[in-house]
Amino acid sequence: MSYLELQNLTKHFTKRDGWFGNTTTTVKAVDDVSLSIEKGEILGLVGESGCGKSTLSRLVMQLLTPTSGSVVLEGERLADLPPDEIRKRRRDFQMIFQDPYASLNPRMTIFSTLAEAILTRRTELQSDRDGLEAAVSELMERVGLDSRYIRKYPHEFSGGQRQRIAIARALGPEPKLILADEPVSALDVSIQSQILNLLADLRDELNLTMIFISHDLSVVRYIADRIAVMDEGKIVEVGGADSVFESPQSEVTKVLLSAIPQIR
Amino acid sequence: MALLEVNDLKTWFHTRDGVVKAVDGVSFNVEAGETVGIVGESGSGKSVTCYSLLQLIPQPPGKIEGGTAKFGDLDLLSLKEDEIRQVRGKRIGLIFQDPMTSLNPYLRISTQLIEPLLIHEGIGKTEALDRAVAELEAVGIPDAKKRIHSYPHEFSGGMRQRVMIAMALITRPEILIADEPTTALDVTIQRQVLDLIKARQEELGTAVIFITHDLAVVSEVCDQVNVMYAGRFVERADVKTLFSCPRHAYTRALQRSIPALQSKGEKLYTIPGLPPNLAHDIGGCAFAPRCPEHEGMPAHAVSRPALKEVDPGHWVQDCPACLAVKLSA
Repeated sequence: MSYLELQNLTKHFTKRDGWFGNTTTTVKAVDDVSLSIEKGEILGLVGESGCGKSTLSRLVMQLLTPTSGSVVLEGERLADLPPDEIRKRRRDFQMIFQDPYASLNPRMTIFSTLAEAILTRRTELQSDRDGLEAAVSELMERVGLDSRYIRKYPHEFSGGQRQRIAIARALGPEPKLILADEPVSALDVSIQSQILNLLADLRDELNLTMIFISHDLSVVRYIADRIAVMDEGKIVEVGGADSVFESPQSEVTKVLLSAIPQIR
Repeated sequence: MALLEVNDLKTWFHTRDGVVKAVDGVSFNVEAGETVGIVGESGSGKSVTCYSLLQLIPQPPGKIEGGTAKFGDLDLLSLKEDEIRQVRGKRIGLIFQDPMTSLNPYLRISTQLIEPLLIHEGIGKTEALDRAVAELEAVGIPDAKKRIHSYPHEFSGGMRQRVMIAMALITRPEILIADEPTTALDVTIQRQVLDLIKARQEELGTAVIFITHDLAVVSEVCDQVNVMYAGRFVERADVKTLFSCPRHAYTRALQRSIPALQSKGEKLYTIPGLPPNLAHDIGGCAFAPRCPEHEGMPAHAVSRPALKEVDPGHWVQDCPACLAVKLSA
């Protein structure tokens, strides 16, 4: 049994159309997807816009209810759990978003952002101000931020530093799974490498399990152990990162590969 | 004579924290029909350079402190507001990075697309609409006759960028400034938009100034490339030379840091440190604090090194440490 399993996961959206809403069209955003991820593995999920990557990630994060199929974490079907239990499990799933300018609350200092994340797991720190501060500092240093900046606000940081804060926030609740949705696409090429190095280091240190979503195959190839390619709601190809890159099987993968700008 | 000759452009911002020299002495030429690239990290001054040319810098706090930009017999930097308006959007077009925010969400595409024609060419609405439809077809929007009356939110990101390109080219400008036009797009859409810009440029003979942080994109579209760092150009060469024998340490570091070119399993190469704070005076070479080649080299003179022509057409900032080529790199 794998650490995380997606079993025949399907999500259909129905839309009412026509004058009186009496015709319905169904969009199969995610269509019978089965995948398994081992503990400590990074799975790259690639595909063009609109292929269903984001819907799939929302299903995994328990933010959407699947039409059919299930998500199984450590042998436990999440759909079978009572609602308040699911809410408790939320801290096991953390996300890193694309745009570090939009995903941090501009009115919260780094301390409050990270403290909130840490307190979801370590409730005993609620009344222990010093302990909490130490935990926040430790988290900041872990992602390569100087803990002297603990009282600063997001706007005082550069894009790369903000993405580090977002990563620290995702690590705060000690999650079992991290879902990184295009975490480097909004960054300069030179900063991308720094963030990719950080994620690779964290995986080694903390044995993190991660789903890394991107449209850029060259980035995914570096960070992921395996790559899954998605098209029109289906997984069309899964394989080791290098083998997908070097001998792509499906048409979509070939298109994605040929679109990467090359230095000539 | 070149189509556009920019000479010693200086744009400074007077802020509470001091004078930020965002662009500090930049010179370049654009020949008719060619594509000139400006590459650099965020905050290096690429966009400010181009916005200065069209006087789009908010003044204050910004101020063009010096320099000239000869465009035919005009100096773009000293034109009055009503004169620059004759150039902006007519003889020089602009495409911005984010097609989601640069189109007005309340107006139909048709209204926005014919606006430059109504203003600059004084033609009637029906005639303008016909031309707008033709322009949309030229950038590959299917069913343009119907789609032209849609609102921006009814288009996808890639389609919106096509609309932006149509809008920028509808007045047949001599120069098109493209500011990170594909950064917000998926790789496959990026490919389509790059191909489209190239195709339209060849058909119309427009010169393009292409701003980006992505060296790979530069290598695909540009003829001449300027590498910008801390408000100045550190290297300029034709695209082949720049990629086959980059001389400046910064250019080489930038090339090495592209994730796609590095092998899996090893740590990705990154440039240590951060770009300098431009509110402080930079004595000597601006890249020195981040440059491995500066180790053991004598400290620098007080002034920043000037550009020197090392080969015909290949200019580099004359800093001995940055020029010390290590072939292993």
